[in-house]
This record gives sequence, C-alpha cells and structure tokens, in this order.
Amino acid sequence: MRFQVQGKGAFAGTGASHAPADAPTVIFIHGAGMDHTVWVMPSRYFARQGHRVLAVDLPGHGRTEGPPLNRIEAISSWLNAVCDALDVPSAAVVGHSMGSLVAFAFAATYPQRCRALALLGTSMPMPVADALLDAAADDHHAAIDMANAWSHSAGAVLGGNRNPGIWMLAAGERLIERAGPGVFHADLAACNAFDASAVGKVQAPALVIAGDADRMTPMRAGMEVAKALPQARVVRLSGCGHSMMSERPNEVLDALIEIC
Amino acid sequence: MAEKRHQAPRGTGFDTLALHAGQRPDAATGARATPIYQSASFVFPDTDHAVGLFNIERAGHVYSRLSNPTNAVLEERISALEGGVGAIATASGQAALHLAIGTICSAGDHIVASRSLYGGSHNLLEYTLPRFGIATTFVDPRSPEDFAAAVRPNTKLLFGETLGNPGLEVLDIEAVANVAHAAGLPLLVDSTFTTPWLCRPFEHGADLVFHSATKFLSGHGIVIGGLVVDGGVFDWEASGRFPTLTEPYAGFHDLNFAEEFGPQAFITRARKEGIRDFGACMAPTTAFHILQGLETLPMRMERHVANALAVAEFLAGHDAVEAVGHPGLPTHPDHRLAQRLLPRGAGAVFGFHLKGGREAGRRFIESLSLFSHLANVGDAKSLVIHPASTTHHRMDAAALAAAGIGEGLVRLSVGLEDKADLLDDLGRALRRSQR
Repeated sequence: MRFQVQGKGAFAGTGASHAPADAPTVIFIHGAGMDHTVWVMPSRYFARQGHRVLAVDLPGHGRTEGPPLNRIEAISSWLNAVCDALDVPSAAVVGHSMGSLVAFAFAATYPQRCRALALLGTSMPMPVADALLDAAADDHHAAIDMANAWSHSAGAVLGGNRNPGIWMLAAGERLIERAGPGVFHADLAACNAFDASAVGKVQAPALVIAGDADRMTPMRAGMEVAKALPQARVVRLSGCGHSMMSERPNEVLDALIEIC
Repeated sequence: MAEKRHQAPRGTGFDTLALHAGQRPDAATGARATPIYQSASFVFPDTDHAVGLFNIERAGHVYSRLSNPTNAVLEERISALEGGVGAIATASGQAALHLAIGTICSAGDHIVASRSLYGGSHNLLEYTLPRFGIATTFVDPRSPEDFAAAVRPNTKLLFGETLGNPGLEVLDIEAVANVAHAAGLPLLVDSTFTTPWLCRPFEHGADLVFHSATKFLSGHGIVIGGLVVDGGVFDWEASGRFPTLTEPYAGFHDLNFAEEFGPQAFITRARKEGIRDFGACMAPTTAFHILQGLETLPMRMERHVANALAVAEFLAGHDAVEAVGHPGLPTHPDHRLAQRLLPRGAGAVFGFHLKGGREAGRRFIESLSLFSHLANVGDAKSLVIHPASTTHHRMDAAALAAAGIGEGLVRLSVGLEDKADLLDDLGRALRRSQR
C-alpha cells in the first residue's frame, strides 16, 4: 500500500491484507539495502490470520521516497511517523539485521507502540567491516558481493533452498542491486554507528532468532542482545546464516507466530 | 582506482557449482547423490501448514506438477550456472519456450524473433501462437537494427538463439539486449547449443534464458526436458508493458508479482500460473538424469568443442566439401563475434555443404559408421542428419534454398569419441559420397 509520511510517498507490503484498522498490527523492517519483499512469506501468513501487516520500505528503499536515513534513531522516528500516519496505536515489531536495530530503537523510544519485539540476525553493537563500508561508499559492486556472501551460511552458498527453484545468492544480489546510489552505504553507516545504550531500555516481550552459521551477526552477539532484554525468548537455528528468511523461512515463521 | 581498491570475495567456481549447486546430502538418509523423489504429492503436517504452502506463506512442495524436490535441485543448479535468480524445469525445451512466452504474452501481443531458429521454435511462433492471438515478426539475427525496426507498441519480447539454426549466426546478445531495453522489453535467449559453460547470456544483457536440456546439459541423449531461467534484473514495473507481472492476478487472490516478489516476479508467476495451468512439468527421474549430465558438463563441453573444431578444420580442407559453417573458423561471417562472445568455443553443432547435392548427401550419411543418423544434437555420441533427404525431403531445390538449406547441407553434432576415429569415419564417408 502507498501512503504519505512527512510529506513524502511511502510504501508497505501488506501480504494482501484486508484487515480493519483496529486489527492487531505486525510491522516488518528489512535489512540494509533491501526492501519489503524479504518478508513476503510471513506477511502473507499474518495477513491471512487477520492481522494488519505493514512490511515497510524504509526511506530510499523499494517504493518509498528517499533520501535514505543514515542514523538508526532517525529511521525509528520515521517509523513512528508511519504509525501516526496510518493510525497504528501499537504493533508487534519485527526487524532483521539493520531492521533489528530500528525495531530495538523503536521499542525503546516509543514503548507504548511496541507490544512485542522480534530481532532476527541481530548484534549490538553492529560493527561493519571497513572493506564493506568503503566499497559501499563508492557504490562499488564488491560491497554487494561481500554482504551477500557473508549473509549466507557455507551450506547455503551452494543452495538447497526450501523455496523450490530459487537460487538464493542471485536473488539476494539482485535485490540489493536495486537500491539507489548511496542507499547501501547509508544503511551500513547507520548500523556501524548505532549505540544501543543511547536509546534506552526495552520492556516489551521479545524474541531473538539467531543462526549458528551467521557470519554477519554471529550467534553469540545475538545471545548477548537477548541477555540484556528483560523478557526475551531465543530461537537458535542450527546451520543457518544471516539471511534466515531465505535459508529457513518456515522455522522463522514458526518462531514469529509465537510472539506476533 | 576504486576498481583496484575493492575486492569482492571469490565466488564458488563453475565446476564446483555443476557438481554441488542446489543439493546437500539427503538429511533423512545421507544419500550423496540427489534422490529421485518419485512422488506425485507431499504430506501436509496439518491443515494450516497446507494453507500456508498454497498461499506462499511457507516453503515446500505440494504436488509434483508445481514443484518436486529432485526438480528443485536441477532448477537451482541451472540458476547457479547461469547466474539467474530461479528456474523452472519443464517437460521439454519447447515447453520452456512456451512457458516463458505464456508468462508475459497475451492475445494481441507481439514478439520480434530471429528468423534463424530451431524448427520447433519457428513452428510455435509462426503457426501455433497466432491461433492464440500472439504474432511474431522474424528478423535477421545479425541486424540489431532490424529487431529495433520491428518493435511495435504491443511487442512484449525479443527472442534469439545464441547460435542460430541452421547457419550458426552468432547472436550479438549485448547489441540486441540494448535494443530490447531501449524499448522497455526483455530479451529471451535460447542457449541450448552453447550451455552456460560456453556462454552466460545474462552477463551480456539477456533477461530470460531457456534450454532444451535434452541436448548438452543432460548430454547423453536419454531424456527430453527443458529449463527456463529468470535473470531477475529486468524492471517489469518501469517498463509498464507487463500487466501479468505488475497488476493484481485474479487467478491467485489478486497477487501482484512484481510488488510482492521483486526480482523473482517472473519466475514466481511462471510457477504459480504457467506450470500450474499449462502443466508441462518435468518428471523427477528426468531431472535426475539431467543432474547427472550437469555434473560433467565442463569436461564434456571442453571435449565437444575441441573435437568439433578439429572436425570443422578437417572438413574445410577436404576436396568433397564446398563450405563449412562453423563460427570457430575464420571463414564464418561471425567469427570475430564468436571469439568475443564464445571464447571457449563456438559449440559442437554445425553444418557443411557437400559437393554433389542430394544424392551425395545420401551416400555420405549411409557410409558413416560412428556418426548416428538421427534427429537430435548434443549427445555424447556423434550425430548426423542430412535435411534434404530426411526432415526436408518433400522440398525441391528451390524451396530448400528459400529455407536456407542447400541440397548438400549436412548437420553434425560432434561427440566425445577419439578425434582420430571421427576424422577416419568422416574421411571414408566423404570419399564414398563422391563416387
């Protein structure tokens, strides 16, 4: 669905939802360089269950006007404006990678608007390798190659997709290639600069999903995030890399059903 | 400077992907080879899971017309080798072409195609699709300008073969892709004769690729199958010409494929509509055989093209031969383009013109012992056909000439036998053809 936020065009995938405005809402937040399409399967599930689904395209991504925002706090603030614009009093907020930082900041800053929090492939801090940042700053394709390769487990690099006939590596690469100039770098810079201690505490019930073959946000980092949350459940995905919605779509959905 | 400073991680090599892409040892049994999942359907754990599979909420298999675990390995593997986002295995190469066209073309639409096509493709475009309201204009594959001039407001697709038929015209993929993209259209390429080991059309700008996997991909002449691969780059929404991908589809609860699947829009629509409704799916045992072939594709293709070039050079120097149409030879009009586009070799299928016309052709064919006289290409064994005395025997000399087929034209598909044995067989048959 297209809508206006702060005077600019924005978009959110709804999973073909026709839920009323007062239905329980689930907000999905994508990772660096990506867009709402990474959430297609859980979006369609929660829509069928009668939830109002908002898989947002962050500013500068997908169908939402830019420019991209290079601070997690600014993206969180934008998300709050989305909730104002769409009259969302509270939602389960699900974020992957960079989106997990946005979800965390949103839950800490606007606690009344977050009834539950799910963090997928998370790490706080979320340092980004200089080589990746530098390549992204130059809009060089090596940045996409690095992120894409490191986002998949060693097994997934050879495929074996649960989703029949889709080659995960190229699908991930083609998606980030669609990001406009400067978008990927703005996202990575936002991840690199984020300081969780500066946004306050999260009180909402939380879920952390971590893959033990995640080379971008190692499982131990996700466990540290979970430990710092007052009421967090942890789901460990054995053999799964950072791109967990591609590598383990069904397990990710099963975990989300528990909290959303 | 930036080019030198930024170093992408090394990706998995082609030969490794040919062996491993899409498959891990079977979780249930540890089987190293890809199991043949010879099952029409797959059990649902519960009703909600079933709905989730139908509604694209969950990943998995429902019914083998829609997807099958063995086929899925093959689909991933060809995607990996081509560099595409996804693929669908079909009952034949013809089914793959039809699926590609049917996914984006409707009644009233138009295609611009090379006039040098495999006969089956030509039949589909020239005679059959017009009955369903889809017209085709055929153009010279060597002229990107002719492709451009033939584009109409209702054109949906440009189409050519990496190596044309029967003249082995080398398609300048980049030039024709530029024409297509300037008009907001995708380019579909039939890459059957070259396979991804010789040419990866997506790297040159093609948007969709299909194969008759019957040929070099399976490589042993034992199955019929096809594959259609989506490059995932073409922007269907920006083009504005493709409502099947950019508008709600009533046949799947108003699903908008471009909106929900982004770079996977085409291949998802092809699966959710085309393979579902047209139904030309591949049998899992066929997928298994093609996977076996793919495992040795690099080694086979290397030998195929080496043998083929040796045969072409031998024929070019023989007194009984008028001309040889192999792009690997400097005499072929597309030799320079072939060197650029096909640096590993210009395939293993080519034609040559025999002195003495139709009767010499008949004697030549009947004198061969290693080359098998049949209607196929891309087998490990060497194959031969003489169109004027077989597939086109009803045509007189004038009609053959109009079709670009001389009375003395012989088509070879050079296999993996010892080179010396092939040359001996050909030399003996050539001598007998001239008696």
